[in-house]
Amino acid sequence: MKLMTSLIALAAAAAISTPVLAAEPLKAEVIHWWTSGGEAAAVKVFADAYNKAGGQWVDSAIAGGDAARAAGINRIVGGNPPTMMQFNTGKQLDELVKNDFLANLDAAASAGNWKAVLPKAILNASMRNGHFYALPVNIHGQNWVFFNQKAFAEAGITAPKTWEDVLADGPKLKAKGIIPLAHGGQKWQDKILFDAVLAGDGGAALFRKVYSPDAQAAIADPKFKQVAETFKKLRGLMDEGMPGRNWNDATAMVITGKAGMQVMGDWAKGEFLAAHQTAGKEYGCAVIGSGYIMGGDVFVFPKLKSAEGTAAQALLEKVMFSPETQIAFNMKKGSVPVRTDVEATGMDSCAQQGMTALKDPERQLPSVSYLISPDEDGALQDVVTQYLNTPAETSSEFVSKFAAAVKASG
Amino acid sequence: MSDSILQQPQQGVERPGSRWRARLRTQWPAAIALLPAALILLVVYIGTMVWTLRLSFTSSKMLPVMDFVGWNQYFRLFNTERFIISIDNIWVFGVLFIPGALVCGFMLAVFIDQRVRAEGLLRTIFLYPYALSFIVTGLVWQWFLNPTLGLQKVIHDLGFPHFQFDWIVQPTRVVYTLVIAGIWQASGLVMAILLAGLRGIDAELWKATKIDAIPAWRVYFSIILPMLSPMIATASVLLAVSVAKLYDLVVAMTNGGPGLSSEVPAKFVMDNFFERSNVGLGSAAASVLLVSVIVILSPWIYSQYFRRQGGRK
Repeated sequence: MKLMTSLIALAAAAAISTPVLAAEPLKAEVIHWWTSGGEAAAVKVFADAYNKAGGQWVDSAIAGGDAARAAGINRIVGGNPPTMMQFNTGKQLDELVKNDFLANLDAAASAGNWKAVLPKAILNASMRNGHFYALPVNIHGQNWVFFNQKAFAEAGITAPKTWEDVLADGPKLKAKGIIPLAHGGQKWQDKILFDAVLAGDGGAALFRKVYSPDAQAAIADPKFKQVAETFKKLRGLMDEGMPGRNWNDATAMVITGKAGMQVMGDWAKGEFLAAHQTAGKEYGCAVIGSGYIMGGDVFVFPKLKSAEGTAAQALLEKVMFSPETQIAFNMKKGSVPVRTDVEATGMDSCAQQGMTALKDPERQLPSVSYLISPDEDGALQDVVTQYLNTPAETSSEFVSKFAAAVKASG
Repeated sequence: MSDSILQQPQQGVERPGSRWRARLRTQWPAAIALLPAALILLVVYIGTMVWTLRLSFTSSKMLPVMDFVGWNQYFRLFNTERFIISIDNIWVFGVLFIPGALVCGFMLAVFIDQRVRAEGLLRTIFLYPYALSFIVTGLVWQWFLNPTLGLQKVIHDLGFPHFQFDWIVQPTRVVYTLVIAGIWQASGLVMAILLAGLRGIDAELWKATKIDAIPAWRVYFSIILPMLSPMIATASVLLAVSVAKLYDLVVAMTNGGPGLSSEVPAKFVMDNFFERSNVGLGSAAASVLLVSVIVILSPWIYSQYFRRQGGRK
């Protein structure tokens, strides 16, 4: 009797649920801020993969990260959350998790074996209190040197391996009438350059320590002062039009051969791609030193009431994290896959270098925004930019100002 | 119906306080009409000022927190190099920009007032920069002054390789380029105001000075300028306001660079509120700005008020 009823119930459930699943694709509304040409092409990879897996991707692109995040948060708080939204890791994620707005992704994480395949820095950024709350989708390296192959050949130099090399290459490029280092003198770009020197010249261990609670000891290290001196010498490799320049204008200088190299994140590859240049052919890339500084994009999944919504979320998590989608997406985006277990063969030579760096935990460095507050990051940007642009400021003055800024904002 | 109710008490015997009540009756529609404005003034202006002052004594980061940390944010503020540079810059800018724009505007007004040909066209041209937003002004001047794109490059290409005008990339000079762009933009407005004043001056006055053989520059200095003083005061107040809120010109033209050398206080406040999730420090900077404006303006307001009272005696 009991068996009978449960069998009937099972049959009824099957009868109801199967046709529904087959007929209605799982609708997923996605808020993101990838609106530029290359970004839109990349997000289409996700949409196509999801549609193929039996879903229906509803695209809600909102230009500008701030606007998109604000729209998403308003809808979550208002009780009409999207199925998935792009987000930033860091403080804002903390608040959403604390208020219990986000679905826990542990099931998908254990099914997809996230813990084994994600680099540690990205793993930490997407977890809160031991649970997954964010799906990382890509990794952007932030300490790349991009260089013009033709300019380098003319000057008789090859890819730099240390910052000493960069400083030695400078005069050779100058002799050929080429600006050695294309740089945009804006605070965040000055800081990107400084962090690249810190990771390359100071080493991965010093980088980790400077952006940790134990910062003061690291700043007092003579190695930190030496980093500051190397950084200041780079000013001599830049042209006088540097202050205020946009990063993509600096990239254009490398593309046209007006300048030899630029230090930038790998989003600059989009500019080379748009100019029909190929990595390894017209331009080359190098990471100086062993440390590879990583940032990236994540998606979060608001808690939903409907079972269909939850099913759509599970399908999204599975599809977007699959190795094929990861490779296809990141080739379009210019970033590298978050999975360390995918083959890098289909990707360009820069991405392959990035993948090699990712597989070595010793080389993984989290982006500064994962490590310190925006307040501290901003205060340090002020110190760094003033040092680079004030010829009279000495390295010891800089070190004490840096220490004071960490103390005041930390 | 309502009219009869309102008129009823008037027919009654006059009691103490009834006059007050009568006044209230006639004025209550006005009071109600003014109520929203008064509420807006109290809540939006005064309320937010008090709120900002309160926040400057908290440790608020991204979201307001209602704790109390004393003068900590102010200590940090005045130990922040960027804020000190900002204050210096706003002084340099104000001291050069207000007189500069007044002098240029006055010269333009005098020039136009000579009954030149195509006056309407010239007036439009001179006033045109004021119709541009500061963002456009800033971008245009940024390109014009950039040594690798603008004026310096053009003159180099013309065959004068030693010409140098790279103030916008010189940390010690960049603030003067802001002054130049600011004067370029604001002179037209000063011209329009002063021209209206010049046109109001009686032609008989000029004839009289001619008979006395007073040189023209002397007439302008000793007679015309004093007569224009209300217009000059108006122009000065408008210019002073644009100094205190100087923000968009800097963002578009230099974005505070090179380094921190062209930072201004309003930009410090905006960056801390919106980029750096640092509401406490931003509020402290905003409060310092508010207090300094009050301190600078209060003697002027006091003298205006005092003079009016004195005049009535």
